[in-house]
Amino acid sequence: MTDTAATPSHFEAAGQDEAHHDADHKPGFFVRWFMSTNHKDIGTLYLIFAIVAGIIGGALSGMMRMELAEPGIQYLAQWAGEEGNAALHFWNVMITAHGLIMVFFMVMPAMIGGFGNWFVPLMIGAPDMAFPRMNNISFWLLVPAFLLLFGSMFVPGGMADGAGVGWTVYAPLSTSGAVGPAVDMAILSLHLAGASSILGAINFITTIFNMRAPGMTLHKMPLFVWSVLVTAFLLLLALPVLAAAITMLLTDRNFGTTFFDAAGGGDPLLYQHLFWFFGHPEVYIMILPGFGMVSQIVATFSKKPVFGYLGMAYAMVAIGVVGFVVWAHHMFTVGLSLNMKLYFTAATMVIAVPTGIKIFSWIATMWGGSVSFKTPMVWSMGFIFMFTVGGVTGVVLANGGFTNYVHDTYYVVAHFHYVLSLGAVFAIFAGWYYWFGKMFGKMYNEFLGQVHFWLFFIGVNVLFFPMHFLGLDGMPRRYPDYVDSQTYWNDIATYGYLIMAVGMLVFFVNMIWSLVAGKKADDNYWGEGATTLEWTLSSPPPYHQFNKLPKVD
Amino acid sequence: MNLALQQKNRRSATMAVLLVAGMIALGFASVPLYRIFCQVTGFGGTTQRVEAMSSDVAATGRMVTVRFDSNTARDLPWNFAPERNTETVQIGERALAFYRAENMGTRPVTGTATFNVTPLEAGRYFNKIQCFCFERQTLAPGQDIRMPVTYFVDPAILDDPDIGDVEEITLSYTFYPVDDQAS
Repeated sequence: MTDTAATPSHFEAAGQDEAHHDADHKPGFFVRWFMSTNHKDIGTLYLIFAIVAGIIGGALSGMMRMELAEPGIQYLAQWAGEEGNAALHFWNVMITAHGLIMVFFMVMPAMIGGFGNWFVPLMIGAPDMAFPRMNNISFWLLVPAFLLLFGSMFVPGGMADGAGVGWTVYAPLSTSGAVGPAVDMAILSLHLAGASSILGAINFITTIFNMRAPGMTLHKMPLFVWSVLVTAFLLLLALPVLAAAITMLLTDRNFGTTFFDAAGGGDPLLYQHLFWFFGHPEVYIMILPGFGMVSQIVATFSKKPVFGYLGMAYAMVAIGVVGFVVWAHHMFTVGLSLNMKLYFTAATMVIAVPTGIKIFSWIATMWGGSVSFKTPMVWSMGFIFMFTVGGVTGVVLANGGFTNYVHDTYYVVAHFHYVLSLGAVFAIFAGWYYWFGKMFGKMYNEFLGQVHFWLFFIGVNVLFFPMHFLGLDGMPRRYPDYVDSQTYWNDIATYGYLIMAVGMLVFFVNMIWSLVAGKKADDNYWGEGATTLEWTLSSPPPYHQFNKLPKVD
Repeated sequence: MNLALQQKNRRSATMAVLLVAGMIALGFASVPLYRIFCQVTGFGGTTQRVEAMSSDVAATGRMVTVRFDSNTARDLPWNFAPERNTETVQIGERALAFYRAENMGTRPVTGTATFNVTPLEAGRYFNKIQCFCFERQTLAPGQDIRMPVTYFVDPAILDDPDIGDVEEITLSYTFYPVDDQAS
C-alpha cells in the first residue's frame, strides 16, 4: 500500500499500432456535438452549458446587487414592468432563479458533468464512460430542464409572472401561495435536472468500479476520482428524496392531495425535512469534486504526492456519510425541541473534523514542497482560504442558539457564498486553468489568469465579507430593501461586485484569446508534479484513448 | 467493450437503480413514517391518545390554563368553535371540554379534524381519552352538534426540564372535508 495516487509505469501510447482505424477520427459536426457519446465531448458540452448558465445566473446577481446598491426600491418596477406587489414578486423570482441556476445548472454541470466526464475516465485509464449513450441523455436532459426553469419566469406564478418561491420551494408558499404554471414548470425542471444527475451518477459509479486500468486499486485512484465516486453516491441517495418531495408538491398543487397542508391532515414541516434531507448532502455534492480537484492541483504544484492520501479519501467518505444526518440544522427556528437542537448542533460540528483533516492535509502537502504559484495553484490556495472562512462561519451557524439570532439573515448568505460561490467556484476555476491546455490543446495566458484571480479574489471578499456584518445587524435575506443604517456595508459590497465583474471580463478575454492564439500545449505541461494518467496522453487527448489499457503498479 | 465487462457494468447499474428506487420509496414512505414518529414522540405537538386514565395519575394541585383554538379549511362550510376559550385545570385532572360545529352549507358534509398543542414539547404529555377528532363527523345542512374532548395533562410533565414550568397549553384543531364523501 503506497500513500500516493497511482503512476503509470508501463504506459504505451494509445495503441494505434494494432488499431484498424485512426483513433483520432471524429464524426461530423452535428453527430459529434448533438449525438455525442464521447466522454470528452460531453464534458465539453457540460462546461459550455455551465458557462452559459453561469452568465445568466451571474447577470441575475448583478441585477440584485444593483437594486441593493441603495436603500429603497429603484429598478424593480421597471424590470418587472409592474408596480407594487407584482414588482416585489419579481425580486423573489430573481433570488429563486439565481439560486436554482447556480446550484443545478452551473456548479453541478461544471464539476460533475464537465470535469467529471472529462477526467474520471482519463484518470482511471478507461477508454470512455461505462454507458456512453446514457451519458448523452444525462446532458441533454439538462437543456430542457434549464429551458423549463427559464420559461417559468414568463408565465404566471402567483402575484405576477415567475416562480418566486426560493430555491427551497417551501410549502405552503409553493402550494397554495403560488397559483399558476410557473412553479409547476420550476418543479418539473428540478425533476429533469435530478434525473439527469441520477443517470450521470449511475454512470460514474459503474465506470469507477468496473473500468479502472489493471493495477489501479481503489486505494490507488487519484483523489479527484474518489471525490466523484463519493459525490455520485450522495446523488443517488439524496436526489430521489427531493424527487419524492417535489412530486408531492406537484400533487398538492394540482391534484388536491394534502401532504404538506395542515388543513387536510398534512404537515408543511415534513416538506422542510424532506427538502433538507436532500439539501444538505447537496451542498457536499457541490463541494466534494472541488476537494478532489484541489487535491490534484496542490500536489502537482508542490511537486509532492498529496499528504495523507488515505485520510483524504476517507475524509470525503466521512463527510458524505455524516452529511446525511445533520439536515435539521437548516430548520433550527421551526420549533425543534431542545434535545433535537443539541443533537443537530453537535452532529453538524462533527463535520468540521474530516473537513479539518482535508484542510491540514492540503497545507501539509504544500509544506516543504517546491511550490510554483501558477494560476491553478493560486486558485486552489484561494479555495482553501475561502473555504476555511466559510467553514468557520459554518461552525458558528451550527449552534442552534446562535442561528435563532441570524436565521435567514445576510450572515447565512455570507456563509454559503463563502463555501459555494467562493469555495466551489474557486475550485472550478482552478480546475479550468489546470486542465485548460489538456482539454483544448492550447495554453491559457498566465498573466491574464493571475489578473483574473486577484480581481476575483479581492472582489468577492469585498462583496461577501461585509454581508457578515449586515447579517449580524439583522438584514434579512431575500428582501429587495434595507434600512438606511445598513447602507455603508451594502455600498462596499456593491464595489466588490464591480471588481469581481471586471475579473470575470478578464476570464472571458483569457478564454477567447487562449482558444484563438494560445501556445500549443505539451502532453504534460506541468512537468514532474503532474503524475495522473491524463498527463501521459497528448493535449488534447486522442478522440479514443487507451485502446490498449495502461498498466499501473 | 468485452462481454464480461458489459455484464459487470449492467450489474453495477442495476444495483445503483435499485438504490435510487429504494430512496424514492423511502421519500414517499416518509409520509406515514413521519406520522408514526410524531405519534410516538409527541413531535410537533402531537397529542397522545389513551383508552383510559391509568390509576396512578392523580390531580396534582398545580394549575395549567388550556386554551382552545379552532380553524376550518377554506372549502369546509362549517362554523366551528370551542364553547369556552380557556379552562384552568389541574395537571393530572381529567377534564372535559366542548366544541360546537354547524354546517352552514346546503349539502351534508363529512369532515375530520387534525390537531396539535403548543408549546410543542407539551404534546407528549397531553392525553386525550375521548375526542371528536378520532372520528369523522357528518353534518346535515344546518345541523349543529356539540362535540366533547376528554383530556388530561400527564403529571410527568412537571419532571421535564424543557416544559415543566408550562402555564398555558393551547389545543388547536383544524377541520377539513374528507374527500370521498364531501361532494
